[in-house]
Amino acid sequence: MAELSYAKAVALALEEAMAADDRVFCYGEDVGFGGAYGATQGLRDRFGPERVRDTPISESAIVGFAVGAAVTGLRPVAEIMHMDFIACAMDQVVNQAAKLRYMFGGKAAVPMVLRCGVGGWLNAAAQHSQALEAWFAHVPGLKVATAGTPADIRALLLSAIRDDNPVLVLEPLALYEQRGPVPDQAAAMPLGRAVRKRSGGDVTVVTWGAMVTPVLEAGDQLAADGIECDVLDLMSLSPWDAEAVLESVAHTHRLVIVHQAVERGGFGAEVAATVGYRGFDLLDAPITRVAARNVPVPFSPVLEDYVLPSRQRVVEAVRALG
Amino acid sequence: MSMGADTLLGLYRQMVLVREAEETLVRLFAQNRMPGFIHSYIGEEATAVGVCSVLRTDDYLTSTHRGHGHILAKGGDLNLFFAELYGKAVGYCKGKGGSMHVADLDLGILGANGVVGGGIPIAAGAAFAARMQGLDRVAVSFMGDGATDIGSFHEALNLAALWDVPVIFVVENNGYADFIAQSAHQRIDRISDRAAAYGMPGQTVDGNDVLAVREAAGKAVARARDGGGPSLLECVTYRWRGHYEGDPQPYRNDDEVTAWKARDPLLRAKAALLESGALDEEAEQTIRQEVQALIASAVRFAEAAPAPEPADALADVYTDAVEEDWAWLS
Repeated sequence: MAELSYAKAVALALEEAMAADDRVFCYGEDVGFGGAYGATQGLRDRFGPERVRDTPISESAIVGFAVGAAVTGLRPVAEIMHMDFIACAMDQVVNQAAKLRYMFGGKAAVPMVLRCGVGGWLNAAAQHSQALEAWFAHVPGLKVATAGTPADIRALLLSAIRDDNPVLVLEPLALYEQRGPVPDQAAAMPLGRAVRKRSGGDVTVVTWGAMVTPVLEAGDQLAADGIECDVLDLMSLSPWDAEAVLESVAHTHRLVIVHQAVERGGFGAEVAATVGYRGFDLLDAPITRVAARNVPVPFSPVLEDYVLPSRQRVVEAVRALG
Repeated sequence: MSMGADTLLGLYRQMVLVREAEETLVRLFAQNRMPGFIHSYIGEEATAVGVCSVLRTDDYLTSTHRGHGHILAKGGDLNLFFAELYGKAVGYCKGKGGSMHVADLDLGILGANGVVGGGIPIAAGAAFAARMQGLDRVAVSFMGDGATDIGSFHEALNLAALWDVPVIFVVENNGYADFIAQSAHQRIDRISDRAAAYGMPGQTVDGNDVLAVREAAGKAVARARDGGGPSLLECVTYRWRGHYEGDPQPYRNDDEVTAWKARDPLLRAKAALLESGALDEEAEQTIRQEVQALIASAVRFAEAAPAPEPADALADVYTDAVEEDWAWLS
C-alpha cells in the first residue's frame, strides 16, 4: 500500500495499462511532457515518444484519431485537459465514437478512453470548471465514469482501458494533489457498479466524483448528531447501478443526490426519476438534490463557493429531511 | 490488348457497376420501395473507381453521405449493400445504418458517414494505427468540397502531416456543398492549394478521367505506404443529380448540367476503349447486361429478405450489454 496523489494514481494506472498491453497508447495536449496537471508524468520516459504523444490543440482530431485507431485494433487513451474543451470535439464524441458500433450493426468495437479533467474549485471561471457528465450519459453508446479518490481512479481507469467501448473518465482536477492510500494491486472495479463508502440506516446519499469526500465529511458531521448516512459512490453513470440505490433506499426511505454539476438536467435527475418510479413506495420524503446552482461557474472565490455544492450544503439538505 | 487498355477495361466495368447500381437506386427510391434518403453518386464514378483501384483489400477508407460509389468500388458485396439500403436484417449493418452508414470492416471500409467531415480524422487515426502496428496499410478519406470548410478537415490534415500518417485525403470537388456553389463557400478555386498550409503535397486532377485519378492516387498511395506521409488529392468532378433525390435544384441551370454530362466519365473511358480496339459495342452491351443482372439479383435478394425484429433495435449499442425495455411495460 502506497500513499499517492490522485495525479500519481492516474499515472500509475496508465503505466500499468501500457505495460500490460502494447495496444494502449496515451496522447493529448502536453501529455508527453507529463500533462498540464501532471497525470502523465514519467510515461514518455518509460514507454517512449511513439506511445506517449503531445498533440496540437485540436480536440476534434484528438478524438477522431482515437476513434480511427480504436476501430482498427489499438486502445487509445486520449486526454481532454479540461472537460469544457470537449465541446470542440462533440461530433467525434457523440456522432462518431458513440455511434459507430451501432450504425455498423455491431460489427465494430471502439475501445477508447477519453480522460477528461473536470475543473471546479480552481477559480478558473466558466470555461474551465464544468462537470458535463450528463451530456454524455445522455448518449447511448458512451460509458461515463468518475472517481473521487486515488485508489478508485487507479482501479477505474484500468477497467475503462480494458473495456471494449468508448469510455469517458472524469478526473476532478481539484483532487489531483490530494493523497490517499493506493493498494499494490488494483481492486476489481467493474463499470456500472456503485461502491458503498459509508453504511447507515437513516438516509441514502448518492454521489460521485469530486463530491465523494465532502459527502463523507458531511456524513461524519451528521453522525455526531445521530444521523447515519448510507453513502453510495456511483463511480459509473452510464451504465449506473440503480439496483444498489434502490436497495439502499429500501432501508433508509430517504434519498439525497449530490453532484458537482448544475442541478437542472444533471444526472441526479435521472437517479431521482428512476427511484421515483421504481421506488415510489419506499420513499418517506421527497428526493433532494444538492448540486451547483443553475448558473455558469463564476471566477471570484466568493462567488464560486456560493455556486458549487459543499459539505455544509449536504449537511443542511440531510437535516432538512427531518 | 495492351496493358493500359486492359486496366481501363477493368476500371470501366467498375464504373458501369457504380452507375447502374445508382440508377437502380434512384428508380427504386422514386417508386417508394426504399426508405430514407438517397444521395446519388452519378457523374463522379471515375473518382471512386480510380482511387480504389490502387488500394489493397486491407487498406482503409472512410466515405461520406454520398458514399455508394466508394463502397462498391472497394469491393462491397451487392447483396449486403442493397439489403442494408432496404433496412433488412441481413444487410451490411443489420438495417441499423442505411445508405449513409454502410460499413465493411473486412474490406477496410470504416463506414460511410452522415456528418460532413466526420470521417476525416477517423481515416487518419486508422492510418496512424496501422503504422503503430507495423502494418504497411494506408487509409483514404473521401470527402466533398464542402468538407474542406469544416474544422475536422483542418485539424486532421495538420495532425496527419505532423505525425507522417499514411493517409490520402481525396476531395471530390463536385462543385457544390449541398446547394452552395464552390465559389460561394470558399475563396479559392483549387482546393489542393490547402495542402501547402499543412506541409503536405497537394494535386488537382480531372476527376472524370479515371486513368488520371488512378495515376495520381497511385503515387499518393505509394508515397504514404513508403513512409512519405499524407497528401491531398483533389478530383474535379460533377454531381449530375441533386444533393438528394427530390432536391429541386434552384441553384443551377440545365445548361450547366448538360455541359457536364458531355464530360461523362463513362463515355470518356468507353470512347478510349473503342478507339483502342479493346472494346466494341457488343462487348460493351455484354458488360452492361452482366452488371445489370448482378444488380437485379441483389435487389431481389434485398426485397425478399425479412425485416429485422423491432426489438433488435436494443442490441449492438455496447459490446457487453443490451438495453433493457421500459420497466412500465412489464
